[in-house]
Amino acid sequence: MNVFIRSATMLLILGVAAPAQAALKILATTADWGALATELGGDRVNVYTATGALQDVHRVDAKPSLVARARTADLVVSNGAELEIGWLPVLVRESGNKRIQPGSPGYFEAAAQVGLLEKPAQLDRSLGDIHPQGNPHLQLDPRNVAAVAKALTARLASLDAANAAYYQARGADFSARWADAMARWDSKAAPLKGLPVVVMHRDQVYLGHWLGLKELAAIEPKPGVPPSAGHLSQLVSKLTETPARAILRNAYNDPKAANWLSERVRAPVVLLPFSVGGTPEAKDLFGLFDDTLNRLLAAVQ
Amino acid sequence: MTSFKHAAASMALACGLLPAISQADDDVAALRAELQALKNDYAARVGALEARIEELSAAAAAPPPDAVQTAALPAAAGSSTAASAFNPAISLILAGNYTNLSEDPEGWRIAGFMPSGGEVGPGERSFNLGESELVLSSNVDPYFSAFLIAAITGEDEIEVEEAFFQTLALPSGFTAKGGRFFSGFGYLNEVHAHFWDFVDQPLVYQALFANQMAQDGLQVKWLAPTDLFIELGAESGNGEAFPGTRRDRNSLNGTTLFAHVGGDLGESTSWRAGGSWLDLDAEDRGYEDVNAFDEPVVNSFAGSSRTWAVDAVLKWSPYGSVTRRQLKLQGEYFHREEKGRLAFDTEGLGLSDTYRSEQSGWYLQGVYQFRPRWRAGLRYDSLDSGTPRIGLVDTGPLSPESFPALLAGNPERVSLMLDWSPSEFSRLRAQYAWDEARDDGERDRQFRLQYIYGIGAHSAHKY
Repeated sequence: MNVFIRSATMLLILGVAAPAQAALKILATTADWGALATELGGDRVNVYTATGALQDVHRVDAKPSLVARARTADLVVSNGAELEIGWLPVLVRESGNKRIQPGSPGYFEAAAQVGLLEKPAQLDRSLGDIHPQGNPHLQLDPRNVAAVAKALTARLASLDAANAAYYQARGADFSARWADAMARWDSKAAPLKGLPVVVMHRDQVYLGHWLGLKELAAIEPKPGVPPSAGHLSQLVSKLTETPARAILRNAYNDPKAANWLSERVRAPVVLLPFSVGGTPEAKDLFGLFDDTLNRLLAAVQ
Repeated sequence: MTSFKHAAASMALACGLLPAISQADDDVAALRAELQALKNDYAARVGALEARIEELSAAAAAPPPDAVQTAALPAAAGSSTAASAFNPAISLILAGNYTNLSEDPEGWRIAGFMPSGGEVGPGERSFNLGESELVLSSNVDPYFSAFLIAAITGEDEIEVEEAFFQTLALPSGFTAKGGRFFSGFGYLNEVHAHFWDFVDQPLVYQALFANQMAQDGLQVKWLAPTDLFIELGAESGNGEAFPGTRRDRNSLNGTTLFAHVGGDLGESTSWRAGGSWLDLDAEDRGYEDVNAFDEPVVNSFAGSSRTWAVDAVLKWSPYGSVTRRQLKLQGEYFHREEKGRLAFDTEGLGLSDTYRSEQSGWYLQGVYQFRPRWRAGLRYDSLDSGTPRIGLVDTGPLSPESFPALLAGNPERVSLMLDWSPSEFSRLRAQYAWDEARDDGERDRQFRLQYIYGIGAHSAHKY
């Protein structure tokens, strides 16, 4: 019994003392925001990423391992706009961690830093699983990444004031490299402008908006609603009239529907990483956009 | 007379003064108008200058002509300031079923277990309106959040299923909850009916907890600051929920302790295991039965009821992607000991003597999502009533047949389930069960179709 009490006391002391000394603990909800936190925080932060590129981030279990990570986090870097609504509120509520409650400095939402596309004019679930604040898949426009990086740098600097200069220097370095990369991507992507494509779900909207792709149709008729046989055959006849050059599929999507359609309308399926880690080449945020453009360009040549 | 003079004088004075006051008023108004005109003029000029500056700086920041002309992004959205923005998150769940039973549900009783008086069992035949659950939740202030689930039953009653506050800002991983809440005992006890994987609760929950045990009291939980999930919890309250009763005392009743441990095994598998302990006292826990001559009697138990349980859940889905395929395995084992006195025919003979029982039960279930939106499940239930030591039978005047509800039994049930969820907000389910829990020994073949619809706020649920 004595041993038990002693170890319980030790655990308690550790619980109070540990966060003050170690590197800033960050729980990122997606691979992209995890990668950004690593870019900006360097060796002063300890980043844990809750989901991988092969997961649909909207549908994730509030696993015990994630609750445990939320308990010790100094900062939650989330996507927001209801993307994680099925599980992040549970993590935050169950964590017993006041630092990461919404509204406190330890709760960061990427979606709050940028303007969202497709803010629905009409809120009705008969239109599918729509998000009232707008389309949440904002990471596929590099201009959004730049805006989020700026805000996250400021947040890191204010949360960990002792290392503020370090974060600001890293933030400035990242912004400069990102601006260079964006100039490169913009000129490289010129042939993609106006490219007629078919998308899976409304999650490539920001990519299409940035590159000026022409979205002919979505395989999912409404967000979160899988395609029916009727919808697919309608797509076939529509795409026979106005042919698409590519069918875009994200790494986490089920390949079946895209492959089925590809055979019938003679447009190649282009696998896109969608998130850092979605393809072997998309190792970090730079790789994500490099690889996305390379794959799109390879398909149209 | 004096007062009349006085009044007349003040009236005259007032009449003389009035024009002077109105003259001054006119002057002030004129000055104000002039000032306003000046202000407007300046505002217009400043506005024009600002617009000019913006134009010039936009031109300076324009992209080089060889870059791709990319579409502009919308501005960041401003936040709403309407009073209704503070409305709590509201959702409503509608459920109902069609039930086809081979045996009369009136006579359904779990063999060997003291009836709980709760709404357990297969329910009624044909179409049934289930509970409509209204869920309201919101943060109260930086320190507390509040949560209410009210169930409107098919019998036109409103029940408070849960109504509690929860702390947001306790230090060191502590969370406290107060009010009425589903106990953290076991795994399924906290799970609301619309998230169940089968139409009904496992037999062990029906027999030992009257479906689900709610505490009216306080709960404190502590989460360890470790990468392994370790959660310790303690609860106590008034002990009113079965197997306890409300007592006429100021002290607490229904002390519960539980510990949960969990983590991941690679990127595709996650698990949680736990142990729980519950100590309750019952003062006058009555139940209806018949005596050896088939006449209705009310018997009653008073004493202590202690339950312990172990539970484990394991979920597997490729790369953690639950949209396509997922396997969920779960099992729980409950063990209960009750000691005290059992009174026979409290409204008639009123005999009473010692009572002691040791009962247990378990279930094991697997639910497999074999393609998006489709899940199939199999569950096996088993209970062991043991043979209670009844003083009135062992050393007293009565025969075991005087307590038909307590005659030893080993209830069993096998349930098969198939459900289809067109979206995150709707689910349709078919379930077939072979129920051998009845104390008349008949096997009840139960077929059910169920619907569950959720509207309003997007729900989030625990592991």
